[in-house]
Amino acid sequence: MSKDIVFSQYPDTGGHFEQFGGRFVSETLMAALQELEQVYMRFRNDKAFQEEFFHDLAQYVGRPTPLYHAQRWSNELGGAQIYLKREDLNHTGAHKVNNTIGQALLAKHTGKPRVIAETGAGQHGVATATVAARLGLKCQVYMGAEDVERQKINVYRMKLLGAEVIPVHSGSATLKDAMNEAMRDWVTNVDDTFYIIGTVAGPHPYPLLVRDFQSIIGREAREQILAQTGKLPDALVACVGGGSNAIGLFHPFLEDDVAIYGIEAGGKGVDTGKHAAALSAGRTGVLHGNCTYLIEDEDGQIIPTHSISAGLDYPGVGPEHAWLKEIGRVKYDAITDEEALAAFRELTLVEGIMPALESSHALAYVKKLAPTMNKDQSIIVNLSGRGDKDIHTVAAIDGIDV
Amino acid sequence: MNRIDTCFKALAEAGKKALIPFITAGDPSPEITLKLMHAMVEAGADIIELGVPFSDPMADGPVIQLASERALAAGTTTQVVLDTVAKFREQDNTTPVVLMGYLNPVEAMGYETFAHNASVAGVDGVLLVDLPPEESRQATQLFAAKNIKHIFLLAPTTTPERTALIAKAGSGYLYYVSLKGVTGSATLDTEAVAKQLEMIRKHAQLPIGVGFGISDAASARAIAATADGVVVGSALVRRVAENLEQPEQIPAKVAAVLAEMRAAMDEGIKHE
Repeated sequence: MSKDIVFSQYPDTGGHFEQFGGRFVSETLMAALQELEQVYMRFRNDKAFQEEFFHDLAQYVGRPTPLYHAQRWSNELGGAQIYLKREDLNHTGAHKVNNTIGQALLAKHTGKPRVIAETGAGQHGVATATVAARLGLKCQVYMGAEDVERQKINVYRMKLLGAEVIPVHSGSATLKDAMNEAMRDWVTNVDDTFYIIGTVAGPHPYPLLVRDFQSIIGREAREQILAQTGKLPDALVACVGGGSNAIGLFHPFLEDDVAIYGIEAGGKGVDTGKHAAALSAGRTGVLHGNCTYLIEDEDGQIIPTHSISAGLDYPGVGPEHAWLKEIGRVKYDAITDEEALAAFRELTLVEGIMPALESSHALAYVKKLAPTMNKDQSIIVNLSGRGDKDIHTVAAIDGIDV
Repeated sequence: MNRIDTCFKALAEAGKKALIPFITAGDPSPEITLKLMHAMVEAGADIIELGVPFSDPMADGPVIQLASERALAAGTTTQVVLDTVAKFREQDNTTPVVLMGYLNPVEAMGYETFAHNASVAGVDGVLLVDLPPEESRQATQLFAAKNIKHIFLLAPTTTPERTALIAKAGSGYLYYVSLKGVTGSATLDTEAVAKQLEMIRKHAQLPIGVGFGISDAASARAIAATADGVVVGSALVRRVAENLEQPEQIPAKVAAVLAEMRAAMDEGIKHE
């Protein structure tokens, strides 16, 4: 049973969460990953490094982010009290920057003058370009050609920040192909390049170090909810693409008596095949350096995914989520494009907060969950990013040209 | 005895080096692949590496990425690749065939089923790019049980310690990736390769094939001077891509490139 598990002991030294995770890469990258692991394990327990990280989170990112009691929305739903962890208020507008601050510090301390990243919606690309600008690192961001088209504003933001955005035309020209291309770049330029992966996936030690950097979300939320309500929350909800905002919120609560829900992109419906819900409808396989749940056909070929939110449009998921599903510690479910869109509109109107379409998947689940709970119970939902970047998508659906 | 061992033994006795062409199976169709395999043997290939197409070929450059896409579009599943090998075996029972690809299609079939089906088809070795020895114990054992060699990569970044570990896990031959980069990358530094091979030979008894970046007769000849085998991939697959309009010409076009390499390699050895 998951009750007796000490979650901080995972992954093991090979990066495994039982059968998931690991390090499945070509030989050329093995040395770089072993070096990164050694460096990170040293910094993980290094007081000066940790102080530098937390200083940057406070002074540059603006942490801690508030835990906001959405009273009006809670009353409307008529059940549990809803608390929003306001990651949308971070510098650059999403949780992604917590991780890029950490990885950029690693790049700086290992003396790599160049960073690369993959990006889907562009949030991780912007967060990487931002920290690269601040540290004077050369930055190239790989982005699926289709996403470059869908997310023009973020593409321009990255350019203004001094990064070069490289459109990827191969495969389905989306996030997974951007990650393939970033891996190809890294294999070629491994001597002078640090690869800043944007989520809790990829080869060990990435799922571990991204989780560590993002866990600030859950640690803050834990203190804040205890201060505001005097007890732990009854439930946590977060959206899951690769799963970094979700792990960040969940991890400090895994050993507590708290129900946890991870919400995937159900697209047009999980039974239509047009979705990105790897945990809900995928099966075990190996992609991008780790063993996890994947959306693939019978022959092990990766199938193109669909979601209204580019940030969730990925055929895999972080290996720790695969494991948390397997042991039953976290319940995973899917929300459709339509439900997410309705939640986007609702929160904007009721609370005056415009959420990212990614985060709207978590909010849509809260709409279903809260009414089944009592008024003296509480839910923390991770509002992982702000919705400004999605205005074009929503306007297009409304038939408005902005 | 496995055909790979027999092949390297015979080459060593004849004082020759192995010419190992790589093509993507099913590009542009399984029928052409079968003809191409025979044509390559005719042109002097000693071992054939057959690429198993995958939707996300992370270690490959654009030439082999596109080959993979064409093969998948032609309906080349892993089983179709195995069936192609079985058909090849109807006429050729001596040339070793090595399947090269990514882990996920094998994982999807299941290691055990894959090892069984591959053995029945007449496959002699398997190289999975994204399966390092640290993750491969189960696969290696299942392959060994079916007399299938597990071939591993070595890279310019591989340390002596890892070289020893990989040499211990591998069988058949070792595949040295001659440069940092993806398949079909620019030029290779023959001297650097020779130096690295010297290090590898201190830790490994297995024959060493060298690949990535060998694009013509001159580079094949230079590599053959120090390695036990020369692997050539993108230079051949490029010929396939150039002749998609007349696919029936593909076997002859590819064989011509290979024959030049064969001649240059044998010539080079005679002159030493």
